[in-house]
Amino acid sequence: MILIYAESPDGQLKKVALEAVTYGAKLAKMMGTSCAALTIGNVQDAGSLGKYGADKVYNIPGDSVDMYNVARAVSDTAEKLDAEVVVLPFTTTGKSIQGRIAARLKAGAVSGVSALPDLSDGFVVRKPVFSGKAFADNKITSVRKVLSLMGNAIPLEETGSPVGVEAIDVPLVNCKVHRISVEKQAGGIPLPEADLVVSGGRGLKGPENWNILLELAEALGAATACSRPVADMDWRPHHEHVGQTGLAIHPNLYLAMGISGAIQHLAGVNNSKTIVVINKDSEAPFFKAADYGVVGDLFEVVPRLTEAVKRFKAG
Amino acid sequence: MKLLVCISQTPDTTANISFKDNDTAFNPDGVQFIMNPYDEWYALVRALELKESVGGTVTVLNVGPATNDAVIRKGLAIGADDAVRIDAEAVSADFVAFQIAEYAKDKGYDAIFLGKETIDYNGAIVPSMVAEYLDLPFVSLAQQMDVEGNTATVKRDIEGGVEVLKVDFPFVLSAAKGLAEQRIPNMKGIMMSRRKPLNVVPAVDFTNPVEVIHFEKPAPKSAVKLIDPENMDELVNLLHNEAKVI
Repeated sequence: MILIYAESPDGQLKKVALEAVTYGAKLAKMMGTSCAALTIGNVQDAGSLGKYGADKVYNIPGDSVDMYNVARAVSDTAEKLDAEVVVLPFTTTGKSIQGRIAARLKAGAVSGVSALPDLSDGFVVRKPVFSGKAFADNKITSVRKVLSLMGNAIPLEETGSPVGVEAIDVPLVNCKVHRISVEKQAGGIPLPEADLVVSGGRGLKGPENWNILLELAEALGAATACSRPVADMDWRPHHEHVGQTGLAIHPNLYLAMGISGAIQHLAGVNNSKTIVVINKDSEAPFFKAADYGVVGDLFEVVPRLTEAVKRFKAG
Repeated sequence: MKLLVCISQTPDTTANISFKDNDTAFNPDGVQFIMNPYDEWYALVRALELKESVGGTVTVLNVGPATNDAVIRKGLAIGADDAVRIDAEAVSADFVAFQIAEYAKDKGYDAIFLGKETIDYNGAIVPSMVAEYLDLPFVSLAQQMDVEGNTATVKRDIEGGVEVLKVDFPFVLSAAKGLAEQRIPNMKGIMMSRRKPLNVVPAVDFTNPVEVIHFEKPAPKSAVKLIDPENMDELVNLLHNEAKVI
């Protein structure tokens, strides 16, 4: 049995949860077993996880805010179902609970996995290491395993149909960490789960020039990001900072303007599927990591690109 | 307060990564090693600030061989009171977390701070595992922490926003950027660090469940395709038809 924790902040199943279920369903097939998805709290349309391959969907009523509870609930459910592998999304939630679940289940843990395991000689699973500069193949020898799946690592696949949601009798224990408040960014697409990302650096010269970036992002339907100096100078909010000390992202498209591409910045984005770099300096190191490059003044090139995207979208 | 800060040694952020023994092991030749930045800049410094405001001690702990002692001494130079090294190779997150917890379990720490992840294996597993072994509450990815009496108020990044949590001591915390400001050790700190205790303790038995058996570098990117800055329709066309991302 494979157990997937389908994380659902604010009661919504996010893409990372659907990816984790897709991954778990494929893994179950490889291992000749079934898979179940676990949801906690009041989750909208939880039965739809069946479409992504979940044979069963379980729900624990209650509050999924406290990570202590969530970790307990996932590991207790894994015990109850005798799950061999637990799959989590590699999100801020995954980072809060993976070690706890693995310790409770006496399981080997590998985080941020980017592919299905190789089962030809034991259980070997790949993850990016050294901030994307290499991959490591991890052999897990414990009976139970806890994996967390990197976002955007595998494409979503609808292979099944919706299933009924069953309540499962696992008690949520008392909270030890209390949430006082939460501030979500208004509007826009959350960066960690975005397919398309448009990012700006010091080359934009000041926060007042961000409108040309925002217009391109809007035309593309992309999330916005920035380099470290931009966040440090408070031109943009800190949660947009991608790089070694900020967020590591791996969208299908990362379009960088006015970012030279220091190694610390690349560490956060070099797992992106396609990288486009716009910079007036043809010697900018970022071009070496890019798939497509435009050497030119971003203040001229970017509005032109926005118009081209609009023409393309208009068909 | 009695505080424990767990530190790792990692290759420098700009190090050239290569492998040896048929790509089964990291090649340390010519690599500069540093204290993992999340441990040093944020976890350790915030612990020192807390000690400075309420009194107490800060111990740094590392799981690693004697070659890590220089990095451990740096922790003492920045201001930790004493250090412990658990004498074993840090072979996996499971192994390291178990060693930390076994050492800490009967010491009565008020809080245990760690970086949110190391910059080499990018695991982010050890902190919550330590919390479970010690049955303590855990707050991950802390970017700000205020302490009043026996309660800490912690701000942490979540997807697309921030949340504020309250937790009573004792607890385990993983540190993200913003939690503190990097401190450069001064000459006095470096001199004093030589006289501070660094205790070496043996590892406890633990069957390691995860082993890296092979490393691989990503295939080198083919050369960048340059697009005429006057012709952005061409870029859109390539992104649609060739890269298939829009």
